[in-house]
Amino acid sequence: MGKLGVVAATGVAMLVLALAGWMRPPLPAAQGGATISGKVKFTGAKPAMPKIDMSEEPKCKAKYTAAPPTDETVVVNANGTLANVFVYVKSGLPASYKAPAPAGPVTLDQDGCRYHPHVFGILVGQALAIKNSDGILHNIKAKGTKNRPFNISQPAVMTSDRTFTAPEVMVPLECNVHGWMHAWLGVLPHPFFSVSGSDGSFSIKGLPPGTYTVEAWQEKYGTQTATVTVAGSETKTADFSFAAK
Amino acid sequence: MTASRAGLALFLALVRFPFPVSRLPAQDTTKGKAVYVKWCAGCHGDGGAGDGPAAAHMLPRPRNFTGALYKIRSTASGQLPTDADLMRAIDEGLPGSAMPAWKGRLSDGERRDVVAYIKTFSAFFADTSQHVAVLKFSGEPGGGTGAAALKTGRQFYDSIGCRKCHGDQGRGDGPSAPTLKDDAGFPIFAADLHQSWRFRGGGSTADIYHRLRTGLDGTPMPWFSDLIDQKFLTDEQLWRLAQYVRSLSPSKAPEVRDVIHAPQLAGPVPVSPDDSAWARVGRYWFPLVGQVVRRARWFVPAVTGVWVQAVHDGHTLALRVSWDDRTESPDSAWLGFEQRVLETVAGDDSAPPKAEPWPDQLAVQFPRHIPDGMERPYFLMGSETDPVYQWRWTSRPRKSVAGLARGIERFDTLPGAPAGQASFDHGEWRVVFTRALATPDTANEVQLEAGRAIPVAFFGWDGSSGEHGSRMAVSTWYFLALDRPTPPGVFISPVLAMLVTLGLGLVVVRRARRRGTAGAGRRR
Repeated sequence: MGKLGVVAATGVAMLVLALAGWMRPPLPAAQGGATISGKVKFTGAKPAMPKIDMSEEPKCKAKYTAAPPTDETVVVNANGTLANVFVYVKSGLPASYKAPAPAGPVTLDQDGCRYHPHVFGILVGQALAIKNSDGILHNIKAKGTKNRPFNISQPAVMTSDRTFTAPEVMVPLECNVHGWMHAWLGVLPHPFFSVSGSDGSFSIKGLPPGTYTVEAWQEKYGTQTATVTVAGSETKTADFSFAAK
Repeated sequence: MTASRAGLALFLALVRFPFPVSRLPAQDTTKGKAVYVKWCAGCHGDGGAGDGPAAAHMLPRPRNFTGALYKIRSTASGQLPTDADLMRAIDEGLPGSAMPAWKGRLSDGERRDVVAYIKTFSAFFADTSQHVAVLKFSGEPGGGTGAAALKTGRQFYDSIGCRKCHGDQGRGDGPSAPTLKDDAGFPIFAADLHQSWRFRGGGSTADIYHRLRTGLDGTPMPWFSDLIDQKFLTDEQLWRLAQYVRSLSPSKAPEVRDVIHAPQLAGPVPVSPDDSAWARVGRYWFPLVGQVVRRARWFVPAVTGVWVQAVHDGHTLALRVSWDDRTESPDSAWLGFEQRVLETVAGDDSAPPKAEPWPDQLAVQFPRHIPDGMERPYFLMGSETDPVYQWRWTSRPRKSVAGLARGIERFDTLPGAPAGQASFDHGEWRVVFTRALATPDTANEVQLEAGRAIPVAFFGWDGSSGEHGSRMAVSTWYFLALDRPTPPGVFISPVLAMLVTLGLGLVVVRRARRRGTAGAGRRR
């Protein structure tokens, strides 16, 4: 392979990595350590989420060709589990624990007059890149109580960076131009958090040995906790279950 | 606050500041507390949470100091305000809200001390890691009232989406307006940009520019400084936007004059609210306030005032009333907002009334007879024994009627209704009533005589704000005067008087000069 080939291969590899990073919020790097994983189950009748009327924003409405957008307060997966549940280590880390430097910015995208992701986490001091892909007016307002708030006008395709100074679960994010736009951000002093995905599973990796209080947070149903003890590089399961209200 | 909590606060203060911290000028939180308890706690609450006994009747609600979120700042979005920012809010009050100006009511020291005290309600002020820097504001570029500047401003008004909340013509009627809430979840109106004298942070062009730069924390209004930093907008363009917004309001806050002068026109009176003739008729501003005398009281009137114009032609009076109203009620898009307003503002009812699709309404009130002295019927729709003559207009059904009001509860329609024409244009109602000066029913209908001071009062309802019945905005009595055509003598006598004065003056000056010359000659 020539020099050019190496450069090209590196370039492609970097592009793939960058794309992979863009596709999902970067998970904190985990080197060794234990893992707590599990599923977030849901019992009871699946609540009907109201449809969102985006007639006021034709540009956004046009992005939903298959089905009209619905409210994301409760997202029940096809396998009966819950998505968008923030699962994190609430307590149990040794006092001496120091979080690694954040890998890079976390991106929140405003696309189709919705936030992507809807629920996510970030480290204290880590950059949050707030991107407007819609190119129409959004204002992005953070309404934390432990962190100072902000309210930024973004009338064009643009990105604004902000950081958070204090742990807070959760900081509500909202757009006032589009009253249906809500997102939730968990700000933590450590990288031990995860958000349940489209199969309801979550995984917190790289934990030092110890006994942890793990909390699962859902925007409508509140919180549940579990106590899990891990050692070495073992994987322990902690399942959560929320019931319809 | 209990003694133990006070002790704890003191202990924490000592731990945090083991040495006395010198601040200039000196602020005394103990004295500040005394001022606060006496003057501020009634609305802002003992604990500073914006929940004093009077708070429930207010919209916007009093500031909750515990979150340290302040609308009017010179700092970046989300940053703490400076002491000067807090002092300004106290000194000048927040126009358009219940917060009065305290400069002149409290001494300089008292106001400084109370600033120090309200900062104790939030831990953010004691957190030395909080970065507070006053933004660098540029000076206003010239040409701000010129057509080119205003055109640029209007372009940005559209392109950066101001109209989404503030509406196409700026009266707070944009498509997102009915969904707006503040950070505490209370309903909040997008500002009516035609009433700059009610802007919380002041109505000057510079004030508007500062609010665009900083945003209004705790409200949906964002800051626009990111746009300048990222070169989507120049600082000058933001100034042009501020100048455009300023141009929507009168150059000066309207003065309240007691007498509406109705000039006599040679031709017929304009009957349409959009007749161009109205542009040449002087307009008079009358502020309206909530009806808080009778149950059910109403503390947050949506109609803040009316502009009134009147003309006559010797036979007919045309009275044009225009006022800002975000909604052409009933408007189903605002029903949810109306419900939130009714739930937020405490009234006399044990439970908040249910939002209903009420119409908008206006009432113009006269006594049945022009009084000879200053004795007038009770301003609040007369009484059982001394009724008042009223014109009432409703938006749905769109009609006007005349009748006798005997207090708020009773209105008896009379057969002769004034002609009424109305138009609604981007958040403004314009209604023209026309009626013959003289009518057959002299017992009940006021006879509109030229040259007399005819008492008149106004009442307004915005149905989409939950206003109906006694929940309304009221004015006091003012006067309507139908001017007579000016006799030629009016023009000639001042000229004669001027000539006589001039002549006498010349004689006096000439005599004085003569004496002066004579005196100077003697001295030589």
